[in-house]
Amino acid sequence: MRFVEPLPLQCGTTIENYELVYETYGTLNAFKSNAILICHALNASHHVAGTYPDQPDNVGWWDNMVGPGKAVDTTRFFVVGVNNLGSCFGSTGPASISPATGQPYGASFPMVTVEDWVDAQARLADRLGIARFAAVMGGSLGGMQALCWSTRHPDRIRNALVIAAAPNLSAQNIAFDEVARQAILTDPEFHNGDFYAHNVKPVRGLRVARMIGHITYISDEQMAEKFGRQARAGAKFSFEPEFQIESYLRYQGDKFSEYFDANTYLRITKALDYFDPALSAGGDLADALSPATARFLVISFTTDWRFSPARSREIVQALLDNGADVSYAEINAPHGHDAFLLDDPRYHAAVGAFLDRVVDAA
Amino acid sequence: MTPAEAHAGRRDFAIIAGWVSDKERVLDLGCGDGALLADLKETRNVRGYGIDIADDNVLACLKRGINVIQSDLESGLAGFADRSFDTVILSQTLQQIHRVETIINEMLRVGREVIVTFPNFGYWRHRVQLGIRGTMPVSPTLPYAWFNTPNIRMFTVREFDRFCAERSIVVIDREVLSAERKVTLAPNLFGQLAFYRIRRG
Repeated sequence: MRFVEPLPLQCGTTIENYELVYETYGTLNAFKSNAILICHALNASHHVAGTYPDQPDNVGWWDNMVGPGKAVDTTRFFVVGVNNLGSCFGSTGPASISPATGQPYGASFPMVTVEDWVDAQARLADRLGIARFAAVMGGSLGGMQALCWSTRHPDRIRNALVIAAAPNLSAQNIAFDEVARQAILTDPEFHNGDFYAHNVKPVRGLRVARMIGHITYISDEQMAEKFGRQARAGAKFSFEPEFQIESYLRYQGDKFSEYFDANTYLRITKALDYFDPALSAGGDLADALSPATARFLVISFTTDWRFSPARSREIVQALLDNGADVSYAEINAPHGHDAFLLDDPRYHAAVGAFLDRVVDAA
Repeated sequence: MTPAEAHAGRRDFAIIAGWVSDKERVLDLGCGDGALLADLKETRNVRGYGIDIADDNVLACLKRGINVIQSDLESGLAGFADRSFDTVILSQTLQQIHRVETIINEMLRVGREVIVTFPNFGYWRHRVQLGIRGTMPVSPTLPYAWFNTPNIRMFTVREFDRFCAERSIVVIDREVLSAERKVTLAPNLFGQLAFYRIRRG
């Protein structure tokens, strides 16, 4: 869907004539009161659930959560998945052709923030005739968008599901992001972001960036269980991949660098780093969240060390201090940060039970 | 709901509801399936939160639409501001707490008033079982055998009275029940469930 009217961005510029691609599942009811917005994290897209007739293997990234009879039941809810501004799956991003120049935006694509994404999503909601979402939900960076929705457009969201998120990034989180960015920025084929014109891609940088990211998505226990020290027989005393974990990371890096855009990676990690709702409230998160009127479900996973349960509890405590309606589930799962994408019966039951009440109240 | 709560029927809810005013902020520690908070929401229109550690209890609360925070009581209420609740409730759980004094102090800090309920080990049938038959008490309020009981604190109405007195904790109200009946005569002997409404002196 094309948006001609300029969208003011947090970085001070505007973007106009941009495209947002989205997918919907289920049926919007007559009152337009059953819509749920799904916000994606770093590398996902608008393709939340199901497959396409011509691509039976292309399963949506949250297909275990969203669908008929699932925790987010599309026989009852109208689910909207949208690809964020600056991404690389169809919505306008650095790899898109700028209408002004006829060339890819590249380095000239502005920095986008969580707030910008939320504002763009709100414009999409306007077009779809959705004045108020029954719920906005997401995991990780998607959870941050749900949190942002609750304060930025409090009258447009009845429920917020903030999963495996954090109220801001820790120094350690930012450090990992910076190493990933440096891998891209120092790749000779990055060409300061305008690599499209040179017909190359900073594949090596993107690959390393993804490998670093992957390490933070998995728990130490899970990595030990999945890979341990398994290696090809006999040490070769070489730098060829020998341990299973090396092969795994290289495979993930290779796969990712084929389809993901380096400029998008840079911008999305910056959006993560900048996210800090408490900043404008002098560091007081409760104060920052005080405009929120939604009911909240906050979920964390015990072995998530990227955004640990302690970070989710900060959000919960701030909401409690405000007297907001909030529930918190801490799911005992071995998978680390990635657990939010996996099929866990306790996790999905909690989401389903919370959303059941949403329908009751509609 | 614990078996002891089931035994007390809804009489225990009525006593607690009688000590809670309309629209109060209520925190229920060890809230179980959220039945008490659901009752207080209905009868007193409270803004309630439950805390429980068990997955199935958290799920049961979510199904009822009760605000629930999955957390371990023993790790304390450190995040909560002083007097951030009108009433903090600990129902049928004190006998299972390791750090009794810490949790009582924390409740008195966080809540203007505190409601504590517990099974009375001094009930005469319990005394008969231990004193005459020489076996650990098992009853509707203490439905466990010695080897599977979650109860690690065995105390009586008299001992909790003394506990409060020694710490200058004010007992605003006290009710003792046997089955569904109020006990006024020798409550430490004839009472099975004790209800205390306390505050900082």
